[in-house]
Amino acid sequence: MALLISLEHLSKTYKMGDIEVHALQSVDLTVEKGEFVAIMGMSGSGKSTLMNIIGCLDLPSSGSYNFLSRRVDTCTRKELAELRNSQIGFVFQNFSLLSRTTALENVELPMLYNRDKKAGSLPALAKAALEKVGLGERMHHLPNQLSGGQQQRVAIARALVNDPPLILADEPTGALDTRTSEEVMELFTSLHKSGKTIILVTHEMEIAQYARRLITMRDGCILSDEPVGKK
Amino acid sequence: MRFSQLFKSAVKSILRNRVRSFLTTLGIIIGVASVIVMVSIGKGAQNDIQNQIKSMGTNIIMIMPGSQNTRGSSMGAGSRQSLTLKDAELIQQVETVIAVSPVTRMSGQLVSGNGNWQTSMYGVTPEYLIIREWSVETGEMFTQKDVQGSSKVIVIGKTIAEELFPGQDPVGKSIRFGKVPLKIVGVLAAKGQNAMGQDQDDIVLAPVKTVLNRMNRVRHIQQIMASASTMNDITKASEEIECMLRNSHGITADDDNDFQIRTQSDIMTRATETARTMTLLLSAIAGVSLLVGGIGIMNIMLVSVTERTREIGIRMAIGARESDILMQFLIEAVVLSSMGGIIGVGISMGIVWAMTALFGLKTSVDLLTIGLALLFSAVVGIFFGFYPAGKAARLNPIEALRYE
Repeated sequence: MALLISLEHLSKTYKMGDIEVHALQSVDLTVEKGEFVAIMGMSGSGKSTLMNIIGCLDLPSSGSYNFLSRRVDTCTRKELAELRNSQIGFVFQNFSLLSRTTALENVELPMLYNRDKKAGSLPALAKAALEKVGLGERMHHLPNQLSGGQQQRVAIARALVNDPPLILADEPTGALDTRTSEEVMELFTSLHKSGKTIILVTHEMEIAQYARRLITMRDGCILSDEPVGKK
Repeated sequence: MRFSQLFKSAVKSILRNRVRSFLTTLGIIIGVASVIVMVSIGKGAQNDIQNQIKSMGTNIIMIMPGSQNTRGSSMGAGSRQSLTLKDAELIQQVETVIAVSPVTRMSGQLVSGNGNWQTSMYGVTPEYLIIREWSVETGEMFTQKDVQGSSKVIVIGKTIAEELFPGQDPVGKSIRFGKVPLKIVGVLAAKGQNAMGQDQDDIVLAPVKTVLNRMNRVRHIQQIMASASTMNDITKASEEIECMLRNSHGITADDDNDFQIRTQSDIMTRATETARTMTLLLSAIAGVSLLVGGIGIMNIMLVSVTERTREIGIRMAIGARESDILMQFLIEAVVLSSMGGIIGVGISMGIVWAMTALFGLKTSVDLLTIGLALLFSAVVGIFFGFYPAGKAARLNPIEALRYE
């Protein structure tokens, strides 16, 4: 299988006043296309920092990051924005939808920042993405008119709409009850089956079990990396 | 992001906070409205003055005697007795001059039956009407022959006709000016007030020689009025007149003129200068309020950027570039300030209309002023929107996403 992500000796150091915080310490990691990876760890273990760097929201202090055999660690802010837009779909714990903006418009947003998309095709594409997550009926609703599970599905539709190879989910079920969590995770599973690479950060072992590979982190290092998957 | 999308989202976010947006643009609204109102009033006053000066006549050149110096004490302008009818005849030879009339003025009382009227009589030639762009309404102007023969005929202004001959035709009537009996041959058309507010129709015109020989018994005249053929010829004509009069008065190169020449354009420039200065001053004050309005926009845009930090973070996470965020907030600021500009133009039109309709104030709204005010309000938006928009664009996406 083709290599999607390759991290070598990746380190990230923050300065908080006079104290240097080593959020990541020489992490090596490769993820192939089509994998479903869960990252677990306590808070402060560096998993969020790792996600931010993989998601091209942040740059490493040292080490190299290759995404689809392209050097990311030397990218400009503009190039990072373009990578985020076309190659990565984000799903956040708190849904992160624009308030007072309909589901359809929220889903259209990534395409508005995509230079390759034609303006006329946006509503149709956004509608298709919403139907894919089962929200075709509610596309004109505002976020506050939707349940948490529905909002998260809108966010997933938004992540999918530019058809990126990688979906990054940062505790996507953290704000959901068990039943809706299951529904959302089933959605991720079906996305994985359709060929997307998914990396998700979670606290809960049950959620991690949906993945095929589990990475555990502690103190900025990878503690274990093993296959999982009962579901 | 495409411009139409940016524009749409800018309008949307402005409408989301209607009251705040309105209050923000209030500064611009007041600024633009006051600029346009001030300039309109100023321009109106300027036009008014110009029209009044134009009513004096066209391309007028006035030649007056200089000041008389008697043993070191100056008697003031016009005190010299240096101009004569011969000078007026000389000026007629200047090529760029189309009409010349000597003017000598004396005041006195008109008596007709049991009515009387204190007024000024001007001794002139028929060409005086050409210079002053005046016409005779009823009857006719006296002729050059009347001037040569010192005929006892006069033409009276509208005011005098109405005062002394209410409801009658004064043409052909006899009248006395002081002790001299005169015959009215014509009534001038109404001309209204001049720039100083004097009634120009309270006037008697008589042949210049009649006044000089039969009433005043002097040989010098008080003024010569001439009319240049075109506006551009005024300077050239007045230079030629100066040269000609110096020659005929025998003034050597070292000596000063014993006369003065004033042109209508001099008067026009001086009179409109005051109005221009006022307009400039008023618009400067109004411009300051536009600037203050711009600062108000910057203030609210900064608040808006802070409030929407999370939104900016989300937009960045899904692929908005720095330039996209910058444009989004910049366009929002420009739309805000331009809306203020448009509303301001509307309000100013209302105010200008009301001032004209209710107080009869003369105003003049021109498209250039409106265009400039609108342009300036947009520029204010760009200028004061740039800092907040830049601040938004430079946000770190991770920190923006984490912002609560």
